[in-house]
Amino acid sequence: MAAVTALRSSCRTAGRLVCVHHVRSCSSIRFIKSKYVCVFDKSAFKFSHQQRLFRTSAVSCGQIVQFKLSDIGEGITEVTVKEWYIKEGDSVSQFDSICEVQSDKASVTITSRYDGIIRKLHYNLDEIAYVGKPLVDIEIDASKGVASEDVVETPAMSHEEHTHQEIKGHKTLATPAVRRLAMENNIKLSEVVGTGKDNRILKEDILNYLAKQTGAILPPSPKAEIIPPLPKSETVPAAPKDKAHRIPVPVSRPMVFSGKDKTEPITGFHKAMVKTMSAALKIPHFGYCDEIDLTQLVQLREELKPLAQLRGIKLSFMPFFIKAASLGLLQYPILNASLDESCQNVTYKASHNIGVAMDTEQGLIVPNVKNVQVCSVFEIASELNRLQALGSAGQLGTNDLTGGTFTLSNIGTIGGTYAKPVILPPEVAIGALGKIQVLPRFNGKGEVFKAQIMNVSWSADHRIIDGATMARFSNLWKSYLENPASMLLDLK
Amino acid sequence: MVLQSSFKNCLQLSCILRTPKAGFRGTASGGLIIQSISNDVYHNLAVEDWIHDHMNLENRQVLFLWRNSPAVVIGRHQNPWQECNLKLMRQKNIKLARRRSGGGTVYHDLGNINLTFFTTRKKYERMENLKLVVKALKALRPQLNVHVTDRYDILLDRQYKISGTAAKLGRTTAYHHCTLLCNADKFVLSDVLKSPYKGLKSNATPSVPASVKNLFEEDPSLTCEMLLDAIAEEYAMQHQIDHRITLINPTDETVLPGINNKSKELQTWEWVYGKTPRFSVSTCFNMVYKDSVLDVKVDMDIKHGRIEACNIDLPEQWLPPALCSELVKSLTGSKFCPNETTALSSTLLRMCPQDYELHSKWNLLCENMTMLM
Repeated sequence: MAAVTALRSSCRTAGRLVCVHHVRSCSSIRFIKSKYVCVFDKSAFKFSHQQRLFRTSAVSCGQIVQFKLSDIGEGITEVTVKEWYIKEGDSVSQFDSICEVQSDKASVTITSRYDGIIRKLHYNLDEIAYVGKPLVDIEIDASKGVASEDVVETPAMSHEEHTHQEIKGHKTLATPAVRRLAMENNIKLSEVVGTGKDNRILKEDILNYLAKQTGAILPPSPKAEIIPPLPKSETVPAAPKDKAHRIPVPVSRPMVFSGKDKTEPITGFHKAMVKTMSAALKIPHFGYCDEIDLTQLVQLREELKPLAQLRGIKLSFMPFFIKAASLGLLQYPILNASLDESCQNVTYKASHNIGVAMDTEQGLIVPNVKNVQVCSVFEIASELNRLQALGSAGQLGTNDLTGGTFTLSNIGTIGGTYAKPVILPPEVAIGALGKIQVLPRFNGKGEVFKAQIMNVSWSADHRIIDGATMARFSNLWKSYLENPASMLLDLK
Repeated sequence: MVLQSSFKNCLQLSCILRTPKAGFRGTASGGLIIQSISNDVYHNLAVEDWIHDHMNLENRQVLFLWRNSPAVVIGRHQNPWQECNLKLMRQKNIKLARRRSGGGTVYHDLGNINLTFFTTRKKYERMENLKLVVKALKALRPQLNVHVTDRYDILLDRQYKISGTAAKLGRTTAYHHCTLLCNADKFVLSDVLKSPYKGLKSNATPSVPASVKNLFEEDPSLTCEMLLDAIAEEYAMQHQIDHRITLINPTDETVLPGINNKSKELQTWEWVYGKTPRFSVSTCFNMVYKDSVLDVKVDMDIKHGRIEACNIDLPEQWLPPALCSELVKSLTGSKFCPNETTALSSTLLRMCPQDYELHSKWNLLCENMTMLM
């Protein structure tokens, strides 16, 4: 009889009408034959007896429950359905969001009362839904029982510390399955950080907690403020309590990994990159790597940085690398060329439009500095500043992103020494610059000194460029950078 | 001076949230007035989300006061392309945010104050809140002719809108927020809330334009601080609580655990643009190329902010048809975003024959396409 009394009191607090289409009798529960079947607080039965009344005879056919649109307030009778979060056939847990409706500047999130499977959506998008009328049909798995809202007002029912604790001001949300897992492991739900929707505690959170046992990352509220529902928790036998504090060793339990693979379509910019890179692979690449001693350049840049700053420009190493490359291209113009599709003709490009690989939110973008052959190092620096600003704001234009003839990729700012860059068609060469490291080297006198060493990795199209050309270009580029003063001789 | 400017008095929100019944200053019925120290629209919206998701408002109500640096905030189910001038906003570095409540589009800057009233679902009552605001205004300046309309707007002189309202209802909690124009930049406001995009067809919630006026124009002695104080005082009086305002830092994880994830989510493209209800664009534009004017007709269907279907009608043979279809194929599934389109079209150009004329035509077409976004 106690069961029925509990049923009735819960029913009052539930305060919602439920229309049941199929009522199937469960072997362990007696259904009240009334117009409205009350939904009862499962925790009352489940935890107090340390066993579940519903575990017996799994009844596979669930009952279809019509979930009605509840009162919105302010006398509103109709709303527009704006977004469905679920579709027919999806399984939902209690408190999962079902849909978003709008009424006169108010957006309302409708959440599920039940665990189950969505069987029917009664409205399409932008249709008008009525308060009190069915919104969705949910098939409830009878073996699991009908879940109700977290009963906040009746802590007396649950005297175990494993049930939903109400820390004043913080409700713990978790599905019944998760609660059972926590209970079986003697975990206080209040100590677990929930990572699900509305900070709900998921199974993974319990497992993480078990694995770490470092305690939850809740705000540093002193223990005194956390009031367990009843002092009875202290009288719980010492053994289970100790268990909670000792680091559990999950010996026999297999680690359950509940992560899921996620498949996404490749679209837009990434799709275009797939095409470009697939085409690039058709180019027979060869690589050539070297190391550059930038000791003198580092010093030079230190001297010039404040001058550039006065003019409002941030001076990095790239302008020097780019200018030196252009000077090299003047001697070896084949590296600034393009091979046509049929490999019949080579076009020697007049402009040195040197591309600079940039890592943005979208991915790899390569804007280029136009006509480096007629630009000074300072002009290159200011153009780079402009491109970088636009790049980070996501506002690069087509003109900046097209027309490149040669590319440098300064991957060293992120890290790495040697790389194997892929040529960006329709170009025929590319260079990847590693990070600048301070390494010991021998000087002319055989003494060890501190050198600023950077590695460069070139890739070139072996159909029209041979190793010797690449090597000579690289040596020339290297000599300009190792002895910056020599650039002055050839600057136009 | 009601406003607490010193951080020493900034009470730990967790203590306030978790201390049972005591509230603060020993008041039995709960009531709390908090103000954000940040002007970042995303951080402030995240605070609203956090309170909505985490605070137990059974015995307490909260008033949240906040201001933002220039931003346009659209309602949950609105279409930003329909509502505002995204191009202008990008140029002027004005942020775009989508809030979780319904309603229309508003322009925020530091001359506009935002008020959010948090209650339980049962105690959700917008009219009462707005009447409170009007009462506060009248207490401050009795000669102000302000009243609440049945559309939940506050009008000045029965003519000019000085406040707009929106609300969000969850499972157990609800909030109602409204703006109040004190001294906002009306010129930027009207420029930015005018959409230049043509040919849009959408079921998204439209905004109802209204003539606006700043309270400052009516009475130059008014400042935002005065309005905030007056409203806080009125709220404190009506809820019988201490009128002190607690400052909160919307990036402080110790006080608001999980808040930074919330503000990050509000800034994602998927939320701001991707949540736009399905719409279509059907428009045409002219391109001038070498002394000839070309008519181009474009039709696109956009779902979740991505181009689901696309059709471009060009004069015959102006561009090789293979290239055209390559562009259309690449645009399909791509974000309806100028940056994405520019990056995509520049990358595709690498695969085209190296023809200067072809490249300039392609770039011209793609630039015009991005103008639609």
